[in-house]
Amino acid sequence: MIERPETAVPSIAQRNLEGYVGFANLPNQVYRKSVKRGFEFTLMVVGESGLGKSTLINSLFLTDLYSKDYPGPSQRIKKTVQVEQSKVLIKEGGVQLTLTIVDTPGFGDAVDNSNCWQPVINYIDSKCEDFLNAESRVNRRSMPDNRVHCCLYFIAPSGHGLKPLDIEFMKRLHDKVNVIPLIAKADTLTPEECQLFKKQIMKEIQEHKIKIYEFPDTEDDEDNKLIRKIKEKMPLAVVGSNVVIEVNGKKVRGRQYPWGVAEVENGEHCDFTVLRNMLIRTHMQDLKDVTNNVHYENYRSKKLAAVTCNGVDNTKTKGQLTKSPLAQMEEERREHVMKMKKMEAEMEQVFEMKVKEKKQKLKDSEAELERRHEQMKRNLEAQYKELEEKRRVYEDEKANWEAQQRILEQQKLDASKTMEKNKKKGKIF
Amino acid sequence: MAANEVDVFAHEEKRNLELGGHVGFDSLPDQLVSKSVAQGFCFNILCVGETGIGKSTLMNTLFNTTFENEEASHYQSEVQLRPQTYDLQESNVNLKLTTVHTVGFGDQINKEESYKPILEYIDAQFERFLEEELKIKRSLFNCHDTRIHICLYFIAPTGHSLKSLDLVTMKKLDSKVNIIPIIAKADTVSKSELDKLKIKIMSELVSNGVQIYQFPTEDEAVAEINTSMNTHLPFAVIGSVEEIKMGNKMVKARLYPWGSVQVENENHCDFVKLREMLLRVNMEDLREQTHTRHYELYRRCKLEEMGFKDTGPDSHSFSLQETYEAKRKEFLVDLQRKEDEMRQMFVNKVKETEAELKEKEKELHERFEQLKRMHQEEKKNLEEKRRELEEEMNAFNRRRVAAETLMGQALQGCSQQPFKKDKDKKK
Repeated sequence: MIERPETAVPSIAQRNLEGYVGFANLPNQVYRKSVKRGFEFTLMVVGESGLGKSTLINSLFLTDLYSKDYPGPSQRIKKTVQVEQSKVLIKEGGVQLTLTIVDTPGFGDAVDNSNCWQPVINYIDSKCEDFLNAESRVNRRSMPDNRVHCCLYFIAPSGHGLKPLDIEFMKRLHDKVNVIPLIAKADTLTPEECQLFKKQIMKEIQEHKIKIYEFPDTEDDEDNKLIRKIKEKMPLAVVGSNVVIEVNGKKVRGRQYPWGVAEVENGEHCDFTVLRNMLIRTHMQDLKDVTNNVHYENYRSKKLAAVTCNGVDNTKTKGQLTKSPLAQMEEERREHVMKMKKMEAEMEQVFEMKVKEKKQKLKDSEAELERRHEQMKRNLEAQYKELEEKRRVYEDEKANWEAQQRILEQQKLDASKTMEKNKKKGKIF
Repeated sequence: MAANEVDVFAHEEKRNLELGGHVGFDSLPDQLVSKSVAQGFCFNILCVGETGIGKSTLMNTLFNTTFENEEASHYQSEVQLRPQTYDLQESNVNLKLTTVHTVGFGDQINKEESYKPILEYIDAQFERFLEEELKIKRSLFNCHDTRIHICLYFIAPTGHSLKSLDLVTMKKLDSKVNIIPIIAKADTVSKSELDKLKIKIMSELVSNGVQIYQFPTEDEAVAEINTSMNTHLPFAVIGSVEEIKMGNKMVKARLYPWGSVQVENENHCDFVKLREMLLRVNMEDLREQTHTRHYELYRRCKLEEMGFKDTGPDSHSFSLQETYEAKRKEFLVDLQRKEDEMRQMFVNKVKETEAELKEKEKELHERFEQLKRMHQEEKKNLEEKRRELEEEMNAFNRRRVAAETLMGQALQGCSQQPFKKDKDKKK
């Protein structure tokens, strides 16, 4: 089931109005403006050729979209799957609708149909891409909405179940566009066969977890009852016709058989009216809204997530996605600044430590050298002192001895003088 | 497989086709409207005016209810904005109304900065919306739109024209928000004075290039009434929640000794015109203008500021992805550059300091070499002196020994001589 986004309901003060104010006219203002703007809708039809796609389109819009002058794709020869778009402008009751029908001729017609869905996916993505680019421009002007709002998938009325191609296609596209499966050429099935076929298809759809378009519940109980009835008829079995036949005096669109007329707009014959009512009269706007709010947003967020996670590790948490890529870059920038600051602080620390170490070493060696120098100095001083002492001793000794010598000399002199005296005196015989 | 490799065959012309019956898409506007009604509407009004000019009263009168408000004092140091949100319902329409009042506007002595908080508030709401719009996972339809859709500028009915504060403020705001100027407390102005005042105000606005909101005249349904209303601007309004009995009805009025001024009497004031224009006729247009004109302008300026362009230097138009990728590359290069710069700075610092320290080491060694040399010198000196001493000592010793030997000899001779003498004597 397609996930519908929830609406947040904050608590705000209520106020009662005590008289006429006038903003109840707002819806009328919205109505008027929307009519003035006009509407756009893009419908894609996919299915093998010959299933009556072009006829159904003509029947749905009661116009000759495909006619002799503008032949439908089935009438043309093609070799590969192509994607063709036709734009028409239709008016009704003052409302202008620019309708784009996208056809896929060649789908499922080849012998080897592998990847035949790829052109379809590419087309849908390219329209989303165009819208994304237009939305992201600096100078935005009116953005035409060419995104595919609805894809009608035609199932061949085999009566047995879905073909592998059907399953593969729907699985690949249910995340990109609103898929509505239809049983084509339903006038080849009896009501009972049709019932069984529908049940089988729905069972297979559920088994393969294919998310087809779901009708939203409304607040109105009456409407909800109708919606439930429609849901029971899914997938819708349709019949289309370009021919108007007269039945019981009425002019109706139908297919003339020898055994009767299968009327397109007869609810007992097929589900065409249900389809038309649902597609055009009641849920066209919802299809556009789901395309805008769900499928397009999916595309966009995947695209932008790829851009921002470019080159960054993919282990980022989901919380990253709640920011814009720019905010994310800002945050990365801030993180980087912090990282750099830390790195800077670390480097500073290491640097300071190394410097301190070196300075300390220098200091130590200085101290060591000083110490040694001191020691040597003291050593030298000690030696000096010793020498001084020695000299002093020597000087003393010398002085003493010299003094002694002088005394002795004096004595000698005295003695010799006395002897001389004595000699002179003749005391000596 | 790239998206632009699709082989698309398109019928170029958009054909007009006739419908062969009732298809039913004329219900599209109804579908759109019922969705909008189910979702509810948002409307945000900003009231700018001096304290006591009647902003809260007018809001109460316009919406026929009582909104919370405290009376503001005149002593606010700066202008503040006070937003309040209410859920209103009329028939099946739910309206989330936010009223923002400027508190303290016009009270300060220096009013040069008065417009700034208002501008900042308006920009902040745009910024909030833009942020949501730029997120990767976003919920735009869910987001409560807080952008200001209309600014009611209350002009005091005192002077003969606009005050300079009014002109300055309106000029600053006119490119950011839809402005409807209104003359407040219109019951203090007489009819003739009022006409003169209106003309004066409008001509001043025009001559100063202030762009006020013009009621749209393109839609035929409302063109006539809008064109006529455009000529009655600025609206002279009175607000009152008190009711008095007139005839058999209760009407909102202000009671004076000389008569009663009825709010909803078009002869007395333009209140009804304001209500018509603002709520009944042009509410959706106000919302649209805010989104497609004012918000787009803000967004464009903001993106250009951030360096986004639509076309490259060779006028090749950028896709969103290219733009983001380019920005990202730039950003990563910038980060890398900063990192390299820092590393380089460190390498330089390390080199410098290493050189410094080496210098110091060299100095230290030199110093000690010097000291060593000095030391060696001293040692040499010491050695010299020692040798000297040794020599002197040796010389002295030799002398002593010589002297002692001589003395020894002399003594011997002396001791022999007396012997001889005795011998001589004996003969």
